[in-house]
Amino acid sequence: MNSIQLDPQGRLKHFLGIEGLRRSLLLEILDTATSFLSVEAQVVKKVPLLRGKTIVNLFFEPSTRTRTTFELAAKRLSADVLNFNISTSSTSKGETLLDMLHNLEAMNCDLFIVRHEAGGAAHFMAQHVAPHISIINAGDGRHEHPTQAMLDMYTIRQYKGDFTPLKVAIVGDVLHSRVARSDIHALTTLGVAEVRVVGPTTLIPKGIETLGVKVFHRLKEGLKAVDVIIMLRLQRERMDSALIPSAHEYFQYYGLTEAALTVAHPQAIVMHPGPINRGVEIDSPVANGNRSVILAQVSNGIAVRMAVMAMTLGAIMEKKETHV
Amino acid sequence: MSINYLDTLLQSMANRLQHRFRSYPPEDTLMIGIHTGGVWVAERLHTLLRLPKPLGQLNIAFYRDDFTRIGLHPHVTPSTLPINIENRHIILVDDVLHTGRTIRAAFNEIFDYGRPASITLAVLIERNGRELPIQPDIVGCSLCVESNKHIKLCGPNPLHLEVRTTDE
Repeated sequence: MNSIQLDPQGRLKHFLGIEGLRRSLLLEILDTATSFLSVEAQVVKKVPLLRGKTIVNLFFEPSTRTRTTFELAAKRLSADVLNFNISTSSTSKGETLLDMLHNLEAMNCDLFIVRHEAGGAAHFMAQHVAPHISIINAGDGRHEHPTQAMLDMYTIRQYKGDFTPLKVAIVGDVLHSRVARSDIHALTTLGVAEVRVVGPTTLIPKGIETLGVKVFHRLKEGLKAVDVIIMLRLQRERMDSALIPSAHEYFQYYGLTEAALTVAHPQAIVMHPGPINRGVEIDSPVANGNRSVILAQVSNGIAVRMAVMAMTLGAIMEKKETHV
Repeated sequence: MSINYLDTLLQSMANRLQHRFRSYPPEDTLMIGIHTGGVWVAERLHTLLRLPKPLGQLNIAFYRDDFTRIGLHPHVTPSTLPINIENRHIILVDDVLHTGRTIRAAFNEIFDYGRPASITLAVLIERNGRELPIQPDIVGCSLCVESNKHIKLCGPNPLHLEVRTTDE
């Protein structure tokens, strides 16, 4: 499905999902992000790399953090940014997407950042977009959220170095989580020793073992000796039936507390894609504690998104040049 | 070109820099090498001059004017400027000055870190082919070569120069 992401030279043209991407390309994204960190040290926190380019944030679902970090990343690369927040409630999705696409193409935009409630929306756009335009998936339904996965990988590498000896537990509402899916693909591609998913049977998708993960239904068993804990938000807005008895009961069994953390590796780090529900999936002392790297994830998100934007637009511009 | 000859050029550059900066307090001076060859030259000069402030490194990849033609280099070593450059006297060092476009990009990047008191440009090799009005202050040696020749500093240990023919 994701071969559409690469140009004939194997470089990133669109960034739609982690599934199917090779390890060297994921490492290239992480390395490129590292080089953008120095921009933070400048008085003028901007580089002129994408000057004259127009980047469109096309969000069909509400978002604050992701849209803001994409916008900040684009501005740090000197691109112009347009923000569209669109409700999909009244029109059919296919029509809205294509109509919107052709209108924005007519405005000479260069890169679309797309978030949509339907899985495959970004892929659909990439199939129909003009050849000089790139698409970055900022979350499509329950499918993938690849830039979140890459900033998670960046943060893991920052704190743990080598991926190969690590045991990683992804805890909570895996069923509705596109972050979990992208993280699993990224972690297995980067060769970690073990990926676990931990949660109640109602929130773990059936057959997830085929992605190369181990399933645990008891929190303390799942966290035993892990190096990295990725907590997931309980996505109650996506639940159309009662999958958990109550948020209070969920916290009793699956909430990450200091007591639950004691079984993990003493240097284990705690991550969360945000926004966090304190007292639902994570206890405040853990979210604010010295093992929490949640705010580092947010900072790293800007550099990772700068890297992906520069790589996709760089590949396209080079292609255009060779055709001149 | 032999290693000894390059050492002679570097010593000569160091002598001229010392003379030029004799009236400046050393703590107000910051040497910056342009990645990668310029950093190698700057490391040698920094040692010869015994400068008190650590060496800065500049990677101008994000300031190039040919990103739209060649895309992004996959492995960009980040720029590191060890101290605030505001009101410092900068010695900007590169290996080969050719078109002047690298130096233009370096100026732009330096000014995104602050406003230096002055910038002095020191290059190991100055060659013909300038496309911008940029001239060095300190030069190891000047060469005039055919336009399809590319002079490259290889290193870092030992440093040596190679002249390659490009497909123009």
